[in-house]
Amino acid sequence: MPSNKSVSDAPISQFINCRILRGHTLQREDLWVRDGKILDPEKLFFDEQGFADRRVDCGGSIVAPGFIDVQINGGYGVDFSQPTEDVAAGVSLVAKKVLEHGVTSFCPTLVTSPPAVYHQVLPQVQVHDGGPDGAGVLGFHLEGPFISPEKKGAHPERYLRTFRSGGMEDLTEVYGGLDGVAMVTLAPELPHSQSVVRMLCQKGIAVSLGHSVANLSQAEDAVQHGASFITHLFNAMLPFHHRDPGIVGLLTSDRIPAGRTVFYGMIADGIHTNPAALRIAHRAHPAGLVLVTDAIAAMGLHPGRHPLGQQVIEIQGLHAYVSGTKTLSGSIATMDMCVRHLKQASGCSVEEALEAASLHPAQLLGISQKKGNLDYGADADLVLVDDALRVRTTYISGEEVWRRDA
Amino acid sequence: MDVSFSGFHCASLTNSPLPTGSTPLGCYKKLIEYYKNGEISFEFVKTFNMDEYVGLPRDHPESYHSFMWNNFFKHVDIRAENAHILDGNAADLQAECSSFEDKIKEAGGIELFVGGIGPDGHIAFNEPGSSLVSRTRVKTLAKDTIMANARFFDGDLSKVPTMALTVGVGTVMDAKEVMVLITGSHKAFALYKAIEEGVNHMWTVSAFQQHPQTIFVCDEDATLELRVKTVKYFQGMMHVHNMLVEALPSQQKKN
Repeated sequence: MPSNKSVSDAPISQFINCRILRGHTLQREDLWVRDGKILDPEKLFFDEQGFADRRVDCGGSIVAPGFIDVQINGGYGVDFSQPTEDVAAGVSLVAKKVLEHGVTSFCPTLVTSPPAVYHQVLPQVQVHDGGPDGAGVLGFHLEGPFISPEKKGAHPERYLRTFRSGGMEDLTEVYGGLDGVAMVTLAPELPHSQSVVRMLCQKGIAVSLGHSVANLSQAEDAVQHGASFITHLFNAMLPFHHRDPGIVGLLTSDRIPAGRTVFYGMIADGIHTNPAALRIAHRAHPAGLVLVTDAIAAMGLHPGRHPLGQQVIEIQGLHAYVSGTKTLSGSIATMDMCVRHLKQASGCSVEEALEAASLHPAQLLGISQKKGNLDYGADADLVLVDDALRVRTTYISGEEVWRRDA
Repeated sequence: MDVSFSGFHCASLTNSPLPTGSTPLGCYKKLIEYYKNGEISFEFVKTFNMDEYVGLPRDHPESYHSFMWNNFFKHVDIRAENAHILDGNAADLQAECSSFEDKIKEAGGIELFVGGIGPDGHIAFNEPGSSLVSRTRVKTLAKDTIMANARFFDGDLSKVPTMALTVGVGTVMDAKEVMVLITGSHKAFALYKAIEEGVNHMWTVSAFQQHPQTIFVCDEDATLELRVKTVKYFQGMMHVHNMLVEALPSQQKKN
């Protein structure tokens, strides 16, 4: 099928011999890409008399949208919350490495830190597309410091903050500017949080509830004001209680505004959440499940002690604790491990497991026209996996950026 | 249904009008299979679809463009500029029809016409009452046809197109060879009218009684309204016909 190039001169790639995730199912279809975007081959045929310039044989792989990690604190020795001279270099290193896990976009996450750290780190990294050098940066996820002292987890208590007025001053004083911020985690029971939630949402920044002792009613109020995510469900919040389900109750709340979905992050590493709890959440609200790694600097490194934020972390096997305690400080599982664990523990379908790492985070961030799916016009960020959901090859904008050695 | 294509495995220019609907799906699957086995190529084949709905967006899943793309074109190596389908959204429908006739002429005429029939004996959208010497034109669809199509539009009659562009009976009669596919008992009465009664514009497929080279390919259910004598006559010739049809290279290897 020749091309008359009437619309574009750019070369056209056709991914063949694959099953693509589209319309929530795996379809035996070819995937067409041009100019870094998914192309409609029917339009190409009838409007342009076009055909492919090159064919990529996927060897029977599953082609899924590239994974999106909205909570990752670092990895490979890099800690995003550590102020260094060259934060961008650290982010780039992690961005390059996560391609191996099928991650094509992510939100570098900062845990509770003193204002000086935010003022130094935030301006050094801009939102940018991924490429051969690494996954794309969608914006920072600021987890804290406006969280509850009772649920601080591994966050340093001395830097926790409350809202003094509920206005921009609180945010600018702590964070500096909000450019390049994609999401903020806060505790909605803090006084004046409602106006903050509204302000952040108006700026297009996702608001997540976490590290909180809020009851269900306070959580629902926050959702009414625009909050749309729950940071690592079950962890750092009140446990489910049948007379006050707390934040967990958002999964089945009837006070969610029409047309809106509350998403919830799950660290599906088999450690942060008991598989039975994972199943309860998944069965209660499968459409809202977003896989996150919450990976810390030690991810990808050998067992031992490593810095995180203003503290020291100790690795034992797949566990990472605040040094000297049994408090979990984050996980070292990779995103593809989480996808596999979700499928195995919940018994969900391959499609659901893949969407939890791609479509749902894209919907959460409001970027699903471009990311998280293989619809025509979307960015061609792809991950090819085998039937066991192991990553074979990763593509960004239609170009191969990582391949597993045979 | 077992269909044999004796003349297809050559790379000569073949002009073929193509049908849509439930009947030819099995036919297309077989062609795709032969292509995937390397027995046939569509690189030099020119196709002309015989009809398309008026006013239906081209990318609507029920448009004939969509049907042809999904069930045939995307699986084989046909060239886009050789695949012609009437444009039901053209600004000037009349001009679109004339230009289609011109394109057929430019291509050297149709070598093989393949099509099914409706329960009312129509060929393409040449509904009962169509002129037997008609050319490509706009047709209003019969109520029966609209009802029969409703199943492709969620059973909602208001969604079904009411007009279509279609090649005429005359256009098809110009083809060098015609092959009509008729399967199922609901087509049986139409088949009876087509071959056991006279040429009649109320059953337009009957026009092919006056075509020099036409084959009607049927399954047993389609013959239910025919005289036993007619069916026995054709069945009696089958074993000779089967010997005359050249087996495809893959089948020859099996023997």
